[in-house]
Amino acid sequence: MKQDRIIHAALTVVALSAIGGLALITAFIFKEGLPLIVKVGAGKFLLSSDWYPTEGKFGIFAMIVGSLAVTAGAMVIGAVFGLGCAIVLTQFCPRRAAGLLKPAIELLAGIPSVVYGFMGVVVLVPLIREHLGGPGLSVLASSIVLGIMVLPTVTSISVDALQAVPRSYWEGSIALGATRWQTTHRVMLRAARSGIVAAFILGMGRAVGETMAVIMVAGNMLDVPTSPLDAVRTLTSNIALEMGYAAGEHRQALFATGVVLFVIIMVLNAVALHVSRRRGERAAA
Amino acid sequence: MRLAPAHTQRLVVAGLWVLAAATVGVLMFIAAFILLRGLPQVTWQFLTDEPHRMGRAGGIFPIIVGTLLVTGLAVLVAAPVGVITAIYLTEYTREGRLTAIIRFGADCLAGIPSIIFGLFGFVFFVITLGMGLSALSGALTLSLMVLPTIIRTSEEAIRAVPASYREVSYGLGSTRWQMVTRVVLRSAMPGIGTGVVLAIGRSISETAAVMLTAGSALRLPRSLLDSSRTLALHFYTLSREGISMSNAYGTAAVLIVAILGINVTAYWLMRRFIGKMG
Amino acid sequence: MSTDALQTAIEAGEARQAAAAAVPAAPGRDKIVVRGFSASFGGAAVLRDVSLQVRSSERLAVIGPARSGKTTFLRSLNRLNDLTPGFSCRGQVLLDGQDVYGADCDVAALRRRIGMVYAVPVPLPWTIHENLSYGLRMAGMRRSGEIDARIEAALRSAFLWEEVKDRLKDLAARLSGGQQQRLCLARALALEPEVLVLDEPCSGLDPISTARIEEALGELKSRYSVVLVTNNTKQAARASDRTAFLLMGELVEIGPTQKLFTAPDDKRTNDYITGHFG
Repeated sequence: MKQDRIIHAALTVVALSAIGGLALITAFIFKEGLPLIVKVGAGKFLLSSDWYPTEGKFGIFAMIVGSLAVTAGAMVIGAVFGLGCAIVLTQFCPRRAAGLLKPAIELLAGIPSVVYGFMGVVVLVPLIREHLGGPGLSVLASSIVLGIMVLPTVTSISVDALQAVPRSYWEGSIALGATRWQTTHRVMLRAARSGIVAAFILGMGRAVGETMAVIMVAGNMLDVPTSPLDAVRTLTSNIALEMGYAAGEHRQALFATGVVLFVIIMVLNAVALHVSRRRGERAAA
Repeated sequence: MRLAPAHTQRLVVAGLWVLAAATVGVLMFIAAFILLRGLPQVTWQFLTDEPHRMGRAGGIFPIIVGTLLVTGLAVLVAAPVGVITAIYLTEYTREGRLTAIIRFGADCLAGIPSIIFGLFGFVFFVITLGMGLSALSGALTLSLMVLPTIIRTSEEAIRAVPASYREVSYGLGSTRWQMVTRVVLRSAMPGIGTGVVLAIGRSISETAAVMLTAGSALRLPRSLLDSSRTLALHFYTLSREGISMSNAYGTAAVLIVAILGINVTAYWLMRRFIGKMG
Repeated sequence: MSTDALQTAIEAGEARQAAAAAVPAAPGRDKIVVRGFSASFGGAAVLRDVSLQVRSSERLAVIGPARSGKTTFLRSLNRLNDLTPGFSCRGQVLLDGQDVYGADCDVAALRRRIGMVYAVPVPLPWTIHENLSYGLRMAGMRRSGEIDARIEAALRSAFLWEEVKDRLKDLAARLSGGQQQRLCLARALALEPEVLVLDEPCSGLDPISTARIEEALGELKSRYSVVLVTNNTKQAARASDRTAFLLMGELVEIGPTQKLFTAPDDKRTNDYITGHFG
């Protein structure tokens, strides 16, 4: 009995330290970043595209648009390919596909972001520059690279969602004479809808958070992008690029950018949670 | 034009297979691109030599050591702490508001860009705690970064163990700790292992956070307090600043082979574990 | 199995029952005394002021319709209800004169003294041998010779030894339903408990397996006290010495099985046995 109590105490100490440490990070980022947002004014900080740290001007609008553009583009690719692979893995020829496709996707997930960025620079950017114009370093390049990077996330969560649909739905539909594709898109995808939406949202979160690959292919220009071929800077790359030499208010502004990122991720996660919880309720009903 | 269902299906299936093939194709392309150019660079000399002239020549030995130090220590710290935290949250606390909040927090932190962990690590470990740009700062920062992931995957693996197993264990007169270690952890091991492998993969690939905390010294680190460079960072520096493409490819090849090796080993270990338990 | 074998098993069981009934049950000493015991989950009362004794070397059947508190009663004996949040109880449960809900009761040891078999067989996902040795190892037994001896004795008592003696290293999950339940019985017996409690152990089992288990219980009663919860009144009539009838948490009647089933004191008992409700 006594031994159990000691173990319980030891576990508590470790767990609370871990949780405390993580909470500390959250508090820290907010502590360093919020004062600057308050000082500059949230509206100005978020909506002004004047980022001149040396003059004390901190407006991250251009970077917010940059992140949004790049993420949206990434999701087009990530959602289509990711969901497509998930459907192949679960609905059409699962065994044959699984042997090659599943490990392939897991390996794609394991490739370091710097390698992706590198491939983007060496292969994709010249292609874009030659055939579509512009500097090559662009929203388009970033979207393609990020799309491939979030594909594994979208696929794995979608696969989970599709596999959670009761087999009886599939069998019932086929028994009524529907083709496999009809069953897939009218029954299975419908039933797994909230899980798939959650997959997309979490994929978005991944795309928003990516730093290194984007630095390498996005061009890092501080203007609001007007076309997919424009170079762009995202919130994450801004922090990475300037942290090394930022000081004082500048550094605080980078932390403030971190706060914005934090909030974006929190919102995305909350939405994903809400969406998948609704599925649970509906399934139970 | 409305197609008969059978036709639609054929088109769609063809389209899906194209998508799948493209996905596999991209992987093959990346792997081939890097490995074909890089593997020839990876000689014994390359692996054991020190870099010369900022990496223009020479090898990557100190960088391999640096990577092992930073990544190895990060996972060595994060794995036990993460698994213990997961055990605590699932077996030693009651499910309620607080655990739901902690879970949400862990999910969020798992998704926070690594650069933010880099920021924190820089200000907290490097400056405030005075560790300076060092392998230790880098390792601790990385361990915080992968901790949420390990906690979540371990927690899910533990929760997947049927409640009836726990009841049977208690019914046979076990203490809680005996039940947790001998029954729950034993069954949850594959899932937990996957999480740890993911963490290793993420640590070894991490660049931004490492850059800000472990620095990028090219010398062989003599202690944990020395700055050191990791493979991913070295690759990034070499390629971005055009220092040496051939060495960059070589570094990337080593990195990819290492990741491949880790994944395969983990897969093999899981197979053995699951095989043992049927 | 053939109907001949089924017939033989049933006749053997009936013969034993007759033999036991022919000798008037010597009043054994009280093994468990339950006094004024009430239990509730989250405020909803499940057992109301139940008082009865379980004597040594007897089989006590507990019957009653669904939701009458039979399972809760059983689980209160070995304090397995402690695991359910919201459980609270009043009254006494004395094992050999000591209150199991007393402050100094060693719950783990209690659960070894009161062995439990559940309605659904839950083999742990390991080998047969590991399933059986688990409880012993947790109790601190180390020598494999001793462990093996206990395992063999337990399997023999559960009438499973002959069937599995050559495949103790096989996974327990590979056994049939009836075999798994006998395994669970052996698992409890391996700890050499003093009381054996079974919660509808034969629900979902084929008649042969059911007969086997009832046969085992018949032999076991000389060494243990047996408390058998069952939904099947015919089973209670076959396989017990005394029977207790629980209705909506109350103990309506308790007495020798023969008497309860032929001339019950309470009208409600009569109604239940004759199938007027259930």
